[in-house]
Amino acid sequence: MTSRYTRRELMVVAAAREIRDHEVVFVGMRLPLLGFGLAKANHAPDAIGLFENGVIRDRPAEAFIYTMGDPPNIVGAVACLGLVDVMSLLQQGRVDVGFIGGAQVDPLGNLNTTRTSSNGALTRLPGSGGAGDIASLAGRTVLIMEHEPRRFRERVDYVTSPGHFPGRRRGGPATLITTLGVFDLSTRRVRAASLHPGVTPQQVREATGFPVTIEDHTPATAIPTADELAYIRHADPDGFWTGDSMKTG
Amino acid sequence: MKLKRSLREAIAEQVHDGDAIALGLALESGIPFAAVHEIIRQQRRDLTLIGPISDMAFDQMIAAGTVAKVIAAWVGNVAGGSGYGFRRAYEQGQPRRIVMEDHSNFSVGLALKAAAMGLPYLPTFTGIGGDIVRGHPRIRPIGDPFGGPDLLAVGALRPEVAIIHVQRADAQGNAHLWGNLGLTVEAAYAARRTIVICEQVVPEAVIRSDPNRTVIPGFLVSAVVEEPGGALPSSVQGYWRRDFEPFLAYHRMSRTPEGLQSWLREWVLDLPDRAAYLRHMGEANLARLRVSDRRLAAEANFAP
Repeated sequence: MTSRYTRRELMVVAAAREIRDHEVVFVGMRLPLLGFGLAKANHAPDAIGLFENGVIRDRPAEAFIYTMGDPPNIVGAVACLGLVDVMSLLQQGRVDVGFIGGAQVDPLGNLNTTRTSSNGALTRLPGSGGAGDIASLAGRTVLIMEHEPRRFRERVDYVTSPGHFPGRRRGGPATLITTLGVFDLSTRRVRAASLHPGVTPQQVREATGFPVTIEDHTPATAIPTADELAYIRHADPDGFWTGDSMKTG
Repeated sequence: MKLKRSLREAIAEQVHDGDAIALGLALESGIPFAAVHEIIRQQRRDLTLIGPISDMAFDQMIAAGTVAKVIAAWVGNVAGGSGYGFRRAYEQGQPRRIVMEDHSNFSVGLALKAAAMGLPYLPTFTGIGGDIVRGHPRIRPIGDPFGGPDLLAVGALRPEVAIIHVQRADAQGNAHLWGNLGLTVEAAYAARRTIVICEQVVPEAVIRSDPNRTVIPGFLVSAVVEEPGGALPSSVQGYWRRDFEPFLAYHRMSRTPEGLQSWLREWVLDLPDRAAYLRHMGEANLARLRVSDRRLAAEANFAP
């Protein structure tokens, strides 16, 4: 059976694979939220999810949620603490992996969600939220990005969420999941771990404003299994997060 | 008498021009939109807004010209990303210029927590290596007196007013809140005055039956107002579901200054109070959003 899937469904599956069993995960919304649920259903049944509003869950919400504060994310939670409580666990080193995204990324995995300036025109973005904290304090971070030249910069205009820098206490960007592929950031240079099916190295280079290593034997990103797709479509029945005009596969 | 007849009276008494106000503290739920709209109607000026992520509440107050400064980790519209009112103020000074003090969620939480603890600052590792903390007015590098690595000190932040939406409170302001807490407790402890807005005013025996659920003791509370549905379109656990569409509608309307002003007229300025707002929403919408099923917590025996 050939399953059709969207780019975003592929990214959810890639995000899920970044979560190992028994890990404590700072979840976030959108694709990582679905990735957490998928990991729990598949290979990481004992993973724990923390949300920055203070919620701790060991199973996904029973109904679709638009925000982490929606009532279905509270029902059946393990605990509802405060923001400072869960951030304290993060600072203490109890969180293995956190997911973050941004408007711009650079080769060191710095993310900008604060402000950009192009040709002197200032654009104000919403800001850090909890992303700067996750970037600073998690055991490792997974970055999720739309892969576009204007977003992939030699240097970001503003470092909202710090990537690799000298003297970092712990953690840092490990993996970058984009609409074109999965990239290893752990060695402080950007290396393609896999390209999504149908994506060429040239496409990636044209969409990336900095050097990226793509070896000849770089594999294709594993496509979602029927079970994985079934889970995602159960969790996001209308394709609110994972819908994509561009059907692939 | 702490229990006020109306939110109008509470805001008139407790919120003054130039105040620093903490609100939206439970993040996406329990945002006190009724109070936000009353502050806009009463034309407060030069306010400082404090919160973690404010969803569209801060955007509306900024667009209405009530705000001089924002101290927050994220300002926008969770449903759509950009807050156009905030962007126009920050980028173009329209309708007026605002000062932005950027934070992460943790650093704004620590600033409130420091004030709540009566401390001048709290140390942290968050933000090191990034641009938020560079030249920040409230965050400075410090050494560890015990010889560990260097840290950042986050200076205390004491709001004049915290505005909190809870499920129930008694007439003294003893407030029960369950579900999302976010920075609610820190802000209520840090603020000089706290306004508690509740779905229901209950007899004090209800509060005393479950003291662990009291997140704000009444002696810290300046005013109590019963305003059912006062947090809509945000959710209140056990009372209201989140109404997603108004966030999208505001996102669309607020793209232009004219659209935003017309939104403010329709949903704030042309309505006298929250009861009128709920009537404007319509009974069908209220029925769709009101929680009628029950998922009750187990009893906890407090017998001595």
